[in-house]
Amino acid sequence: MNAMELLSWSRGPGLGIATAVFLFGMLLRLFEIYSLGRKPDLAPARPNSPGSGWRTIISRSVPEAPVFRRSAVTLTSGYLFHIGFFIVLLFTVPHITLFESVIGIGWPALPTPVVDLVAVVAIIAMLVSLLHRLLDPVKRFLSGFGDYVAWSVTFLPLLTGYMAHHHLLPDYTLMLAIHILSVELLLVLFPFTKLTHMLTLFIARWYNGEWFGHKGVAS
Amino acid sequence: MRDETMLELLRRQGVSRRGFLKFCAATASMLALPPSMAAAVAEAMATARRPTVIWLSFQECTGCTESLTRSHSPTLESLLFDTISLDYHETLQAAAGTAAEAAREAAMQNAWGNYLVLVDGSIPLKDGGVYATVAGKSNLQTLREVAEGAAAIVSIGTCASYGGLPYAKPNPTGAVPVSEIITDKPIINVPGCPPIPVVMTAVLAHYLTFGTLPELDGLGRPKAFYGESIHERCYRRPFYDRGLFAKSFDDEGARNGWCLFELGCKGPTTHNACATTKWNQGTSFPIQSGHGCLGCSEPDFWDAGGFYNTLSTPITPVTGAATAALAAGAATGLAVTLANRRRKANARRAHPEVTIDDLEK
Repeated sequence: MNAMELLSWSRGPGLGIATAVFLFGMLLRLFEIYSLGRKPDLAPARPNSPGSGWRTIISRSVPEAPVFRRSAVTLTSGYLFHIGFFIVLLFTVPHITLFESVIGIGWPALPTPVVDLVAVVAIIAMLVSLLHRLLDPVKRFLSGFGDYVAWSVTFLPLLTGYMAHHHLLPDYTLMLAIHILSVELLLVLFPFTKLTHMLTLFIARWYNGEWFGHKGVAS
Repeated sequence: MRDETMLELLRRQGVSRRGFLKFCAATASMLALPPSMAAAVAEAMATARRPTVIWLSFQECTGCTESLTRSHSPTLESLLFDTISLDYHETLQAAAGTAAEAAREAAMQNAWGNYLVLVDGSIPLKDGGVYATVAGKSNLQTLREVAEGAAAIVSIGTCASYGGLPYAKPNPTGAVPVSEIITDKPIINVPGCPPIPVVMTAVLAHYLTFGTLPELDGLGRPKAFYGESIHERCYRRPFYDRGLFAKSFDDEGARNGWCLFELGCKGPTTHNACATTKWNQGTSFPIQSGHGCLGCSEPDFWDAGGFYNTLSTPITPVTGAATAALAAGAATGLAVTLANRRRKANARRAHPEVTIDDLEK
């Protein structure tokens, strides 16, 4: 199989398979969580606190000062990587044309040099987070195989995308194929690793906020 | 006439020594040879005997022949092309029928083991190769027969190199490129739909000078011409780097000559010399005339998504797979939910009720 055939496969059947596995897995995960069921709530609700869940989604995303001081590296690298990743994903021209061709909606792109800088920042932030994970005894103790898999499959699309854009390997065709395949690997592993947090994070925060509100705890 | 050297022949056709040397120097530089090699090229070309060339046309459109013989009004390239002993070419030869086949057999016999075979077009294999026959022989038979005594084979155009259009899905004739049939001879691929004429003559010049084929890449193409992508040499590249793209063929961006990536240009994944040697005596090339690159010198270019679809978009729509996956996910999820509920209910039922009385027993 030559580079062009690999690229064609990744843009054709590969993408179809990855999308299908991703959607199937994520939906299954949602059903799984929902079907766990909840125990009947026998206690009367505390003074009503509407929108508690929604407020919690935001309030839990902003670290408080003592928390930030204790985990500065984790939080900074985490935020820089997540924001950078989504800027690169959503605001580069080739990605926008992809979204437009699949969902029919397009939007303006950011200037290429800006996205380029953001990509470098995101890559560095991810490397820092890995290094910190390896060097910090507590984080290392808490990390399992799945954590390193999740890191790797998230890092690969960023790195290969950057390399493809800058023609850093001799053959762009092969690099582009590897980039698309790395994204497809990410999609396939998404529902079966901790990466599922992309969706469950917001569900969990909403649920906790709502539940605490119900019990009279401020969000 | 057969014993004349190349220089004698070119002289007879009115080419000056100066013109000949200029051609040799240009060819040497195009092949990325050091300047000192120009003299070697000239010497070898001047003394070389006319090589016997047999041109086989299979499943093709004759566009390659048109490109190579008509692109330039008399130039050294075309004269060189006229000068090689093209002993068999169905489109160009005067002979027809059995006389033509006899000429081919005579040429093969005279130069057995030393002649060059140029092939344009793919070879159909399905149903015993009945979809393309010449003089009662299938293309497969002819190729095997002629290739046996060849010194080397040059696959001219994308069809001979990678299968090209006949090879495109669903490939009704079971077409294959030359390299899938002949495995024991040196093969050089000169893909393109059609290929650039100067690439052809440079390959021939290299063969005449050194008696070998030029350095090839992983897909059998001469690195000197296919080493870089169209995108890398494109004069619109700065617009790509700055993120300035034409969104349609008649918008502001198109008029300003911005990058054609969004309009489906395949320049980034296409290796050819169009952006440097250009076409029509160096006049222009597709991107310069306002149209994206189709990627015609790459394998499977016909099946690599629509010509006007951006390189980053899917080749086949994912909507079907996505819908099916969502339906299957919902169905499986529902089944899992019901199973979980039942398990929970069963567990509750199986749980023995314990009363105070039981405990006090």
